[in-house]
Formats: sequence, C-alpha cells, structure tokens
Amino acid sequence: MKTIQQIEKIAISQAFEMRKAKAGEASPELPSFRPGDTVKIAVRVIEGDKERIQNFQGVVIARRGSGMNETFRVRKISNGVGVERIFPVHSPIIQSMQVLKSGHVRRAKLYYLRGMSEKKIRQKLA
Amino acid sequence: MSAILGRKLGMTSIFTEDGAFVPCTVIEAGPCPVVQVRTKDTDGYEAVQIGFGEIAERKVNRPKAGHFAKANVEATRYLKEFRQLANKVAQGEIVTVELFNVGDKIKVSSTSKGKGFQGVVRRHHFGGVGMTTHGQSDRPRAPGSIGSSSYPSRVFKGMRMAGRMGGKRITVRGLQILRVMPESNLLLVKGSVPGAINALVEIVKM
Repeated sequence: MKTIQQIEKIAISQAFEMRKAKAGEASPELPSFRPGDTVKIAVRVIEGDKERIQNFQGVVIARRGSGMNETFRVRKISNGVGVERIFPVHSPIIQSMQVLKSGHVRRAKLYYLRGMSEKKIRQKLA
Repeated sequence: MSAILGRKLGMTSIFTEDGAFVPCTVIEAGPCPVVQVRTKDTDGYEAVQIGFGEIAERKVNRPKAGHFAKANVEATRYLKEFRQLANKVAQGEIVTVELFNVGDKIKVSSTSKGKGFQGVVRRHHFGGVGMTTHGQSDRPRAPGSIGSSSYPSRVFKGMRMAGRMGGKRITVRGLQILRVMPESNLLLVKGSVPGAINALVEIVKM
C-alpha cells in the first residue's frame, strides 16, 4: 500500500522524466532559487504543430505550495508594462532555468515590488 | 472481464505531455481473484464474483473460508458481483489493473461521504426564502411552501425536504484513465470519484 505522498513523489519524478526527454542539451534540473533572484526560464511554446523555446526573464517575487502544487511567480517589466507569470515548479513546459543574480531581500513575498520603477527594484535587490 | 475493485487513496494532480495540469484520483485496485462464476444453469443469471482486500485468516468464518477454498484463492475482505461483462473469465483467475489502458472510459461506483441530516438549501440546492432584514430573522434557509391547501389536502410523495444526505451508492460515468501503474496496482483517474478516502470503489469499463 502506498500513501498519497509517495504517489505524489512518483508523479513528480514522472514529470521530471518528461522534462528530461524534451530538454535536449539543457539541464532538466532546476537550480535552487528563492524570492528576489533574477532568473531566466526557457519555456516550451506550442504554436499549431510547431514547438519553440521562449525565454522569460524576471525577478522571482513569490514561491508557494508544496509537492506537485508548488509554483513560483516571476515578474518582469516589458516595454514599460509589468508582466507576471506563474510557473508550476514541476511543469514539463519549463525546459531549463538559470539564476542570473541572487537578490538580497528580507521577505518571502515581494509584492511590494509591483509599485516600484525598474531603477528602484534594482536598488532594492542589490 | 472488464471490472475491478479498489480502494480510494486520495487525490493529486499530474502533468500531461503538453504541460496541462490535470486533477486525478488515485485508486489502489486489485489484484482481485475471481471467486465464482455464476451461470444461467446453476444460479439463474450470469455474473462474475470477484474479491478484494487483505483479511486476517482468523477473521474469515467457516462458510466464507469454504467458498474461497472452492476457487482455490486466498480469502479477501470484500466480495462483489458484476453482471454483463464483455470478456469471459474462469474461477481462480486474478484480475489486475493491467486490464485497463490509458484513455479508457470507465464508470466508478462507491458509497458517497455521509453528510448527516441536512436542510433543503444544502441537500436540494433550494434558494431559501426571503431576506434577513425587514422584521424577519429565521427564513433565509427555509424550504418555502410544500403544497396547496384544501386541494389536495396532502403533501405529494417525493416532495424534496430536509433529511439524511450522502452515504448512498453513487455512480459516476465517463471518467477517464490517465495512468496505469501495474507494479504498485495503481490507477490514476481523471477528476474525482465518490466516497471517502479508503472507501471501496467499483470500476467498470464502459
């Protein structure tokens, strides 16, 4: 007999296998990261029957959930407009991920960055 | 044979190849021995009786023990009959989750969670009556009128009222198998199935 937690572990490893199969040369394993880090995520985008990689670069402003339900929220400012995207940690659409810069922050949820300018954010994370 | 018995373990979610996050119920199903095959000649109807669940030997009474010995299988906690099954099976055979393939449509039956004595708002989705203000204090969850007066001078049978809710057999049709794990006897079914965790569930291929 298996508990639901054990099954979730199996499901997570299966999701990882899926990512590994699609990763190609990129490392399928996600680096350890925390809120405040500036990250670059390679996302698989399916357009019709074609598939390509799109990068999403921004600041991790929150991480929540556990097990299969764990997600993180990345914010960037694109052409003057703030864009936030939520990624499930175990999602196979993430091909790879890179931590570009780790930020010095004292909070787990950085929602206060939303009201700030790019320059202010840079200063805050330094 | 296209039916199996199982135990609901709980719910989780999994990813599909294209990245969709799908909720699913995990069911530990089988191995189920075929304890008896009922035929028209001997029993008056066609059915297959299968067993499920471990049970300590001292808990099996003599008549039951004899019944299992006849099929030459180990005693199980539960016994269920299934009628009108597509494939033929023989007594003593073992049914496992390998019977199912990913994408199969199934129906799942179980005893739903008991909710106790519930009012009409929760039990039948009534809207309640009236407001909380304007001098009334106790009407928002009331059933309202249950019929006319002098004619018919009675309440019709089947009038929806408050009462015991849940704890009865529910069948959900058209569920889909997402994953089969034969090494640990597990089935992952898309969506929810009736019953509490650890409940006995019947799974039949549609």
